[in-house]
Amino acid sequence: MADNEKVMGSEKDPNVSTLSDLPEIPNELPHQTALINRHAILEKSPTLLLVFSLLVVTVGGIVEIAPLFWLENTIEEVEGVRPYSPLELTGRDIYVREGCYVCHSQMIRPMRDEVERYGHYSLAAESMYDHPFQWGSKRTGPDLARVGGRYSDTWHVDHLSDPQSVVPESIMPKYAFLSDTNIAPTHIEALLKTHRFVGVPYDDEMIANAASDFRVQADPDADYDDMLARYPGAAISNFDGQPQLTEMDALIAYLQVLGTMVDFSTFTPAASR
Amino acid sequence: MTKRKTDEVTGVETTGHNWDGIEELNNPLPRWWLWTLYLTIIWAIGYTIAYPAWPMISGATKGVLGWSTRANVAAEIAAHEGSNAALVAQLVSADMPTLPQDPDLNRYAIARGGAVFRSNCSQCHGSGAAGAKGYPNLLDDDWLWGGDIAQIMYTVRHGIRNTIDADALYSAMPAFGDILEPAEIDAVVEHVVSLSNPEFDAALAEAGAVVFADNCSVCHGEAALGDRTMGAPNLADAIWLYGGDRETLRYTVEFSRFGVMPPWGPRLKEADIRAVSAYVHSLGGGE
Repeated sequence: MADNEKVMGSEKDPNVSTLSDLPEIPNELPHQTALINRHAILEKSPTLLLVFSLLVVTVGGIVEIAPLFWLENTIEEVEGVRPYSPLELTGRDIYVREGCYVCHSQMIRPMRDEVERYGHYSLAAESMYDHPFQWGSKRTGPDLARVGGRYSDTWHVDHLSDPQSVVPESIMPKYAFLSDTNIAPTHIEALLKTHRFVGVPYDDEMIANAASDFRVQADPDADYDDMLARYPGAAISNFDGQPQLTEMDALIAYLQVLGTMVDFSTFTPAASR
Repeated sequence: MTKRKTDEVTGVETTGHNWDGIEELNNPLPRWWLWTLYLTIIWAIGYTIAYPAWPMISGATKGVLGWSTRANVAAEIAAHEGSNAALVAQLVSADMPTLPQDPDLNRYAIARGGAVFRSNCSQCHGSGAAGAKGYPNLLDDDWLWGGDIAQIMYTVRHGIRNTIDADALYSAMPAFGDILEPAEIDAVVEHVVSLSNPEFDAALAEAGAVVFADNCSVCHGEAALGDRTMGAPNLADAIWLYGGDRETLRYTVEFSRFGVMPPWGPRLKEADIRAVSAYVHSLGGGE
């Protein structure tokens, strides 16, 4: 290669400049303003940068998030919304575990097509005890915010076991195994206490009776008056038609309460939203 | 202050940044870009004045246009109902049995009812209303509770065997597994098969006829033609809700069936209930 005339050392190439050609240019920002100088102090100290970043995020957070907790028109008081009964709450956990939210939202938006199809648009207060909430706008299946009472328990068993047996055009997978998985209220008190910890108003009586309420809801022959007093409007039924308690019972109990807590015949929406 | 440097080749001032001899030209931003930025800022200020935006002490600013999602959806629904207001008013006050005599109103009711059916009823009764196992076919003239327009409307409004509506149609077949001996169940199943199927065991069916007369005829009738006042199905017509094979019939006799339909009165508008009833009535089996 050394014999090739077209290859020469870079120091002889007029198009190549080296650092030594430009000795007077400092390798940093021009010192034009005092403010930029000060900023360099923050950028050079990780601790200071962290402290001041936190300060900026805090101010932004207070301005954007804090008003939502105190502004009157973000917290609409609605009558009838209650915490989930122990069986419903268990069903909700199964709903989340099986990823039902991947295809089904629980949020009817205030648009004519949705209101005409699914019912009254959802209110924020209706999901105030949801941890986590099931809102969304991505729907492969229909919205389930008001599915409660819309179908019979038997339909839900048929449909969850083999969706195509009742809706031939459905692409929903089969969940027949829910009928074979027995459940017991082993950790139900801890579950209710956890929800109380994050702000759901379960009282001591509800927690003390959690295990019995869990069983009573799926047994129409039991004495369910106390349970109904604690959780008004809960559906009492042997949901899956089997003598034992299964995940199918819990999931259907949850589905049958969705969107039924607020009585919309007496509800007057605030117009300012 | 360091002296500003100018790039010799382009004549443009540099920023002074220098990486291994490569310098950065300090060209100004394109004017069109800069003015677009300024316009978006002006637009944002105007937008927050026109629409609800800024959080204040007790509520957000309302915006001078008075825009409201809830008011909009209510107005939109009212506008669509309003465009058919005359027909809706006629339908709500119509004498339903004579509806087919008014072709315009009848056509509107059936079209509206079809839409209501497809979004609310098709999940159980099928998108073509042919039903499924346990969910009645609405295309035929085999009615459990009656197929005239008034009865269809009552069924839609109150539902069947639900716990939500106190006026729901109700009946409950006993679970004969607790009442009859297995041999008697075999016999009565054979008798029911014999009513509509030419292939049966005559001796067994004859024994079953006695069991049927003693236990089943009260509701299903002496000739097993059913009783609409209590939703007892006709067992002699070869139309089956759960299935007419021996195995399914044995299950039905042993454990009984308890089909539930939710009440639609609380969910649907009056015009929708009337429309969907007219639609179902028009499907072929209406009486």
